[in-house]
Amino acid sequence: MSAPNKSYDPVEVEALKPEEIAARLDEALAAIAAADSLEALREVKAAHAGDRSPLALANREIGALPPHAKADAGKRVGQARGRVNQALKARQEELEAERDARVLVEEAVDVTLPYDRTPGGARHPLTTFMERVADVFVAMGYEVAEGPEVEAEWFNFDALNFLPDHPARQMQDTFFVQGNGKKGDESGVVLRTHTSPVQARTLVDREPPVYVVCPGRVYRTDELDATHSPVFHQIELLAVDEGLTMADLKGTLDHMVRALFGPDMKTRLRPNYFPFTEPSAEMDMVCYVCRGESVGNPDRPCRTCSSEGWIELGGCGMVNPKVLIACGVDPEKYSGFAFGFGIDRMLMFRHNVEDMRDMFEGDVRFTRPFGMEI
Amino acid sequence: MRVPLSWLREYVDLPATATGRDVQEKLIAVGLEVETVERLGEGLKGPLVVGQVLTIEELEGFKKPIRFCTVDVGDANGTGEPQEIVCGARNFAVGDKVVVVLPGAVLPGDFKIAARKTYGKKSHGMICSGDELGMGDDGTHGIIVLPPEYEVGTDAIELLELVDEVLDIAVTPDRGYCLSMRGVARETATAYGLPLRDPALLDVPPPNAGGYPVKVADPIGCDRFTARTITGLNVEARSPIWLQRRLQKAGMRPISLAVDITNYVMLELGQPLHAYDRATVDGPIGVRRATPGEKLTTLDGTKRVLDAEDLVITDNRGPIGLAGVMGGANTEIAGAVADPETGQLRGTTDIVVEAAHFDAITIARTARRHKLSSEAAKRFERGVDPEAASAAAQRTVDLLVLLGGGTAEDGVTEIVSPRGPRTISVAANHPDKVAGVEYGRETVVRRLQQVGCDVYGQDELVVTVPSWRPDLSDPNDLAEEVIRLEGYENLPSTLPKPPAGRGLTERQRLHRRVGRALAGAGYVEALNYPFTGPQILDQLGIEPDDPRRVAVTLVNPLSDEEPDLRTTLLPGLLGALRRNQGRGTHDLALFETGPVFRPTGDEKPAARLVVERRPSDDDIASLDASLPDQPRRAAVVLAGGREQAGWWDEGRPAIWADAVEAGRIVAREAGVELIVRQDQHAPFHPGRCAALLVLVDGEEVLAGHAGELHPRVIKTLALPERTCAMEIDLDHIERAAAGPRRAPRISAFPVATQDVALIVDDSVPSADVESALRDGAGALLESLRLFDVFTGDQLGEGKKSLAYALRFRAEDRTLTAEEASAARDAAVAAAVERTGAVLRG
Repeated sequence: MSAPNKSYDPVEVEALKPEEIAARLDEALAAIAAADSLEALREVKAAHAGDRSPLALANREIGALPPHAKADAGKRVGQARGRVNQALKARQEELEAERDARVLVEEAVDVTLPYDRTPGGARHPLTTFMERVADVFVAMGYEVAEGPEVEAEWFNFDALNFLPDHPARQMQDTFFVQGNGKKGDESGVVLRTHTSPVQARTLVDREPPVYVVCPGRVYRTDELDATHSPVFHQIELLAVDEGLTMADLKGTLDHMVRALFGPDMKTRLRPNYFPFTEPSAEMDMVCYVCRGESVGNPDRPCRTCSSEGWIELGGCGMVNPKVLIACGVDPEKYSGFAFGFGIDRMLMFRHNVEDMRDMFEGDVRFTRPFGMEI
Repeated sequence: MRVPLSWLREYVDLPATATGRDVQEKLIAVGLEVETVERLGEGLKGPLVVGQVLTIEELEGFKKPIRFCTVDVGDANGTGEPQEIVCGARNFAVGDKVVVVLPGAVLPGDFKIAARKTYGKKSHGMICSGDELGMGDDGTHGIIVLPPEYEVGTDAIELLELVDEVLDIAVTPDRGYCLSMRGVARETATAYGLPLRDPALLDVPPPNAGGYPVKVADPIGCDRFTARTITGLNVEARSPIWLQRRLQKAGMRPISLAVDITNYVMLELGQPLHAYDRATVDGPIGVRRATPGEKLTTLDGTKRVLDAEDLVITDNRGPIGLAGVMGGANTEIAGAVADPETGQLRGTTDIVVEAAHFDAITIARTARRHKLSSEAAKRFERGVDPEAASAAAQRTVDLLVLLGGGTAEDGVTEIVSPRGPRTISVAANHPDKVAGVEYGRETVVRRLQQVGCDVYGQDELVVTVPSWRPDLSDPNDLAEEVIRLEGYENLPSTLPKPPAGRGLTERQRLHRRVGRALAGAGYVEALNYPFTGPQILDQLGIEPDDPRRVAVTLVNPLSDEEPDLRTTLLPGLLGALRRNQGRGTHDLALFETGPVFRPTGDEKPAARLVVERRPSDDDIASLDASLPDQPRRAAVVLAGGREQAGWWDEGRPAIWADAVEAGRIVAREAGVELIVRQDQHAPFHPGRCAALLVLVDGEEVLAGHAGELHPRVIKTLALPERTCAMEIDLDHIERAAAGPRRAPRISAFPVATQDVALIVDDSVPSADVESALRDGAGALLESLRLFDVFTGDQLGEGKKSLAYALRFRAEDRTLTAEEASAARDAAVAAAVERTGAVLRG
């Protein structure tokens, strides 16, 4: 090791000779280039750029040179060290990039592995479909009304012009609730056979104009089979205002089926009879499945519409003035329309449900695919 | 109502090309629900001819008696030779005229006929039964034996009117008049714009004193009674083929001439009739209400005890018929029976025909009371044209004379309680206003006239409605007539403009959110029937005095095992769980939201309130008081793995904590913090049951329970081990909701974290320790989390260690270490004081 040259005399310092420095530089660059890993490069760096590397040592010798030679030598050594550092940095980056690439390859996984760790939940399609139907009307300004499932006969029948001995009252296969007293006592209470009592409840409670829908669960004494259920679902609509007409009813129905089934859907009204509407109509829409193409076409029979081309959605009509009177609404001033549709059937053909029982057995395999919305 | 097209054409000159489907479409458009069009004789192909049996050879040695016959079919077989036919039926003899189908023919149902070997003989065709020809079963299962007058070789397809179309119409209760050919024909004529030949337009002799004596004691129940008498009927006379065929096509079975004729006239004119054997009627016919306890055996052979409200037909002996519902057995028309001594045929020769009009409600009640829905009752309930009674009697008399060889007596009894015509005042533009269409007065008047109304007046119309339309009583009824005849299909489509709505209520939003949150947490919704019974409550171990035992009971449940409505959602969900389990799905998380039904015990029968005006608020409130409480609940059940095993790890079974968490998920949707307490409550495991409480106006309210089910319940119901459940009252949750949430203040100063481990007795609920820590820590506590629960020998018997991470932060400064430690110490001090905790380590 050389000590600083304190005794002044022009001295030749071997290590600072240009050819020496060039040789050290070449050695360093060669070693850097030869380093094939970050570890090797770290060693190369210590050997050729560290405090004890030849160039560092040479640098210390500069002080021994005469003043006029210092600048020259300093420049030479400085440049050489700069190039070494530059090469080190470049090689460092190269090797890091290689390492990173290798790590990423090593860390690769099979992203197609399944991950059904927590099976998804779902809401029942009847629930979400009822919400969807209601939302069509909420968007038009209607509100959603509710009523009890165990209902007084007056709301379920009388107020709706189903008089006690009228045959229409027998048409609905009603579950009757036992009286509180001894067995056989009449309670005057039933499981609602339709969502229509909510009409009466709404009219009794609110002043017109009234625009409400009521989705809900209803009951009839049918045994469960592929197309019937003792418990099923309806959505009721009631509009009472000044000057409402059957044309308004028709337009509202048209809007509903287009919103739910597509813009090319058509409806048809057929005269029918319901005690609580007059005039009354049955509403059909073009078969959602065959679009009417099965009619007179034995090669393409349609199970959904029995090749009739139309699907019955439910009953509707102008609110019978007798209903308005029973609920305290002036029929001279107000008129209204109403309808009630079976949600279950609509869901069945909208979503290709083949068997009514599937909707009431709670099998998760049926419900899960429907997710959160429908 | 089944309407043969061939019969309909008798009253309306329909286009010859009009098919059943065409007529169906037209009738649907005017409001008759033609459900199906049956095509009788579709695919039928002859030769099908009248034959005469020449010889019968009984074949022996077969399992059933078989006959080998020769039958004369004239030239129908091309040779004129007797046709050899093997036949299994026995109800015919040599010389009988029968219906023969020959090889090459096709019977309904694509039944191709060919000569074939059977029972050791060659059979060249078949002797036919009514069934095989699609005529309907006549009850005998035998072959058809024709009256002798038909020529051998006559085409039987035409003779038996085998090819026809039948419209099946579901008649709505307001259209009683369409339970007749006359009514359907009227609608058909209007729909086609053709004239109607009204079969009720008959010459009827005026009433006189010479008819059979009738006394009507109840003119309200019976406002019209016509009686006619026919004598000298030929007891051998049978209904001609055309009459039998029309009845068959209309869905009725031919019985005997007199009965067939009354049925036929009822189908034709809609007027139910009754024929009494005059020989068995004792004295004058009377109409009165029954005396309670009076007895009558009706034609169906049932002995009935009568009610004071039942309207009866009587003679001197007492009731001989339930008016308008069913006749009595004691005056039944007798079929021809050979006298055992003389061999002479005996039967009814003299008949009294009743054509009466009875009160609809009386008949409806009687039919319902005796569970006896006859064709007559069905018509009277819906309203029969009172003006058609005498024509119907006349028509019956005419047919009995014509077909039965009888003589009509001159006496005509007619008792009529006069009633005025029914009129309705209606503005001429009322139909326009109902429809939203400008029909104009002229159209309105024309349409009403087509319906059968008389119309007077200009802007205000006075409309007299026809006697066959008792359903027309209000202006809107008339509007419907105009609109349906103008065509519902021609109504325009307009949209009303409702006032701006408020959208869903908070409650409705909450219900939706709860469903979404539970589904988001992996639960699948099941909609279960609310029917249940005491047995399931026994299985759930619910005590006899538990309020869930008090249920709404149905009078007419579908199943005797499930007469009640649910008082809890769990039985339904557990049923669905088991069903899934049985079908091979084992990792299950189900939920349901919906009402349960909890009688208040104070329900009084719901009154039948007025409908002529709005009942008073008190009356309406009394209706609500007659109903049980119907609170809305949410519930879950869990079994198997909450997380499945897989390449990631071993999975995790569903445990009680998942059930409790489900309660928190529900409450959180309302912004409500649940209070969880240890509890014991069926059907839960006594050591793994949580009461779920909420604060309503500062008061704690029990809202539900959660936990693991009792092992005994699991065993009894064969549920998966460790099945867990939760049920919570959404109405309570809703009441506990605090309203709009307030935004928290977010401090940007650093957090100071302090962990503490506390040793407490096993019996100390962690919730108590936590709340003590919170209270003690004061306002600087940002959050607190239990991160470990530890038990072990070093803690000692009956002890547990609870480790909490406490995070402190101030809104306005960086906390010093001293401040954080002081807050922690205060928290620990509170826990020590309130729960006996000991700081660990």
